[in-house]
Amino acid sequence: MSEMNEKLVFDKPESVIDRATHYCPGCHHGIAHRLVGELLDEMNLAEKTLMTTSIGCSVFLYNYLNVDAVEAPHGRAPAVATGVKRARPDHFVFTYQGDGDLASIGMAEIMHAANRGEKMSVVFVNNTVYGMTGGQMAPTTLIGQKTTTSPAGRCQATQGSPIRMSEIIASLGGVAYAARGSLDCVKNIRAAKKHLRKAFECQINGTGFGFVELLSGCPTNWKMTPIQANERIQTEMIPYFPLGVFKDISEEGGIC
Amino acid sequence: MSRIEVQEDRCKGCLLCTTVCPVNIIVQSERFNVSGYKVAEVPEADMDKCIGCASCAMICPDVAIKVYKTPKKKGDN
Ligand SMILES: Cc1ncc(C[n+]2csc(CCOP(=O)(O)OP(=O)(O)O)c2C)c(N)n1
Ligand code: SF4
Ligand code: SF4
Ligand code: SF4
Ligand SMILES: [Mg+2]
Repeated sequence: MSEMNEKLVFDKPESVIDRATHYCPGCHHGIAHRLVGELLDEMNLAEKTLMTTSIGCSVFLYNYLNVDAVEAPHGRAPAVATGVKRARPDHFVFTYQGDGDLASIGMAEIMHAANRGEKMSVVFVNNTVYGMTGGQMAPTTLIGQKTTTSPAGRCQATQGSPIRMSEIIASLGGVAYAARGSLDCVKNIRAAKKHLRKAFECQINGTGFGFVELLSGCPTNWKMTPIQANERIQTEMIPYFPLGVFKDISEEGGIC
Repeated sequence: MSRIEVQEDRCKGCLLCTTVCPVNIIVQSERFNVSGYKVAEVPEADMDKCIGCASCAMICPDVAIKVYKTPKKKGDN
């Protein structure tokens, strides 16, 4: 029943390559990719983007976003991106990292890149597990959450508490913007895109380091349906990982 | 008038789109795509109920949904 004057109001962004992804049904990496792709289009950044990808399920991101990319060793994306940005300061540089990558093996790199205030943006997909390798416990795994390496559920006494990265990053001097969003529902997806836009703007106008955490579902390793996984984000993750902006120096008047 | 188009070879049957439609018209069809996923659809009879809000497209992790809208003509209501 298509009519002559009908308008296409929602379509795949140009920067997202037209191909099927290898992700499981309901995996939120696809939503994160699309939001980044929409912003690269809307902010006219694709041509001057140098993306630094990481190790995890999103390792093939360079097959899905139509921009130039460097693949970093596990956890090292912020160090690699530091070199990329310093060599090509006129380019838009971002990393895309999972929670195992960023908060475990790559903890040193993210902390120091943020603290130095590198003019880059970080997209941090927190799904509370090592997705790619079969669902091992990550530093972000919730207390009581069963994983292959915490089969009885994560125990605080022996395994520590889940790390809240956005709050830690916000506390570092070089950081211009740090926020946590979630990809579980339409309202939160819209808000997450606003956070990403702000973080990207901080790099473009030279304000500094921008960090956006995205609470994301991994139905496969959570052993849930995609619909159950989205409910888990609402009922278990958001209460522990509160959503919001933890630092925004554009609101505070700059780094002193 | 609005409508959606599901790109069936991209749909993974996750059903997230079915949870966000304000008029509840998206359902799982009986069709399997080449990857073996049972794809989502709006039954022909319900298509005219679509309000073009794009919620389904926003939540689709596989960018499998296109949304079309036809501007209202003057006098329509
Ligand atoms: C140096 C090194 N150590 C370990 C691994 C194995 N490894 C690959 S991905 C991964 C964890 C990925 O988890 P995360 O960053 O949370 O990404 P997700 O798959 O959940 O998106 C690990 C430990 C590796 N590839 N390289
Ligand atoms: S294992 Fe988890 S993170 Fe990896 S593709 Fe599947 S759902 Fe996504
Ligand atoms: S565009 Fe809105 S009303 Fe139409 S099918 Fe999608 S969610 Fe339902
Ligand atoms: S959200 Fe996308 S992939 Fe999932 S069932 Fe709907 S159209 Fe298919
Ligand atoms: Mg992970």
